[in-house]
Amino acid sequence: MAVLVIADHTNSALNDATHKTVTAAKAFGGDVDVLVAGQGAGDAAAAAAKIDGVRKVIHVEGEAYKAQLAEAMEALILPMMGGYDALFAPATSMGKNVCPRIAAKLDVMQISEVTAIEGTDTFERPIYAGNAIMTVKSSDPKKVVTVRTTAFDAAGESGSAAIETADAPAGPFKSTFVSEEVSKSDRPELTSAKRIVSGGRALGSEEDFQKYMFPLADKLGAAVGASRAAVDAGYAPNDYQVGQTGKVVAPELYIAIGISGAIQHLAGMKDSKIIVAINKDEEAPIFQVADYGLVADLFKVVPELTESL
Amino acid sequence: MKVLVPVKRVIDYNVKPRVKPDQTGVDLANVKMSMNPFCEIAVEEAVRLKEKGVATEIVVVSIGVQQAQETLRTALAMGADRGILVKTEGDVEPLAVAKILKGVVEAESPELVILGKQAIDDDSNQTGQMLAALLDWPQGTFASEVTVDGGKVSVTREVDGGLQTVALDGPAVVTTDLRLNEPRYASLPNIMKAKKKPIDEKSPDDFGVDVSPRLAVVKVSEPPARQAGEKVEDVAALVAKLKSAGAI
Repeated sequence: MAVLVIADHTNSALNDATHKTVTAAKAFGGDVDVLVAGQGAGDAAAAAAKIDGVRKVIHVEGEAYKAQLAEAMEALILPMMGGYDALFAPATSMGKNVCPRIAAKLDVMQISEVTAIEGTDTFERPIYAGNAIMTVKSSDPKKVVTVRTTAFDAAGESGSAAIETADAPAGPFKSTFVSEEVSKSDRPELTSAKRIVSGGRALGSEEDFQKYMFPLADKLGAAVGASRAAVDAGYAPNDYQVGQTGKVVAPELYIAIGISGAIQHLAGMKDSKIIVAINKDEEAPIFQVADYGLVADLFKVVPELTESL
Repeated sequence: MKVLVPVKRVIDYNVKPRVKPDQTGVDLANVKMSMNPFCEIAVEEAVRLKEKGVATEIVVVSIGVQQAQETLRTALAMGADRGILVKTEGDVEPLAVAKILKGVVEAESPELVILGKQAIDDDSNQTGQMLAALLDWPQGTFASEVTVDGGKVSVTREVDGGLQTVALDGPAVVTTDLRLNEPRYASLPNIMKAKKKPIDEKSPDDFGVDVSPRLAVVKVSEPPARQAGEKVEDVAALVAKLKSAGAI
């Protein structure tokens, strides 16, 4: 039995989500190969070869793979699937975009965002924003799985798998990369951060969001997140959003500031180890999941908290 | 251009779902149902394309039980022109939905399909990508901006690192993210007008699609409950608690 894992990377670096997906693939069983498709992705391929338990890394270079667009990824991966029993990818924006395309071409029903693997055909996954956990048994001959990375530990980095290169399929493809606006930050990446401070609509403006959240995040060495309401209001960019349809996070410390705690938000953070809520409304639902709650005016206590750390 | 918008009837996003005691699923009896929020955004985007003179006709399609007709009426009241109800019993998985939609696309020949990126019931996030694959069309998923210029569709996508813009050679499939637009409320006159707009009824058999599930539901259970902790008096007390818990 063999599993192909699609690596999530930025060409220059391999994302931690890949290590966690390898752990999930190992729980499924069989040999685990990792596909690194990119442009100038040699470093990412070298990093993938170090992941514990990887049989080999398949490194593919091509301009069309710079942003790993789904159409080009389909042309690359579909012919490879003859040699694999399963395709695994992290449920990142890459995995969510690419995997269903391949599942449809294989005529199999994808299993999205799995949180537990019970053998080679049975998987657990959250539904209804995590308000229910569904266990499903797949009757398809091949499995296509995206992995909720917060549910799996990252595999170690003491391996030394062989790196094979493979040719990129000839294009052109029906989609082309035009441009990207990448949020630049020296803070940790949201989905792999050990600490997160997250702001809600109560911050009131983009200026105050930055004025109150950033110094606290920097003091804690934390990533900054936001509720949907704060992102919709323009206080924070979209890639800050934590929740059912944004990012799912599970840091050791999550500090929710001025966030009421809609179920869509709780879906994205309730697996955090310690949750702190600061909100002036003592009835806010966020307090029902918080380990420590402080009912107070955030504009007064957040600077105090930043000062006292 | 003709635009096809698939819409799904789901539990209202304000309702907290309850798992059935026998663990066979989520209790939907006497629960308020609405159009999936991402589907509303898709309908709104199509209506805006029509208002800009880009779209000429908007066809909405829903796959589900008879009551999904209400969801279609909502879309018609927002500004869609006509509806198609593909009647099914029970849940239909994204792969089967994509196959039915492929049949609808072949019958209707739209140049653009806009649909929600995910339904808030099963949270699969698959149907649009699967439809694009089955049609061999390009896909612009998680869209926060869509521009149509002749046969080209430019889509700005919400991705993990920020925003990404792709150019698609149409016809194309676009899936909507939250920031694409704010859906309108239908006005009373438009709700009345929508009652007169046509809705065709079809079945999966009309498109030769077998909807039997590939995934058997073993059980549906409650997630582990998280207990509320304690309230602290002030910042000093909070810091002390976090220190003793080893969190800072």
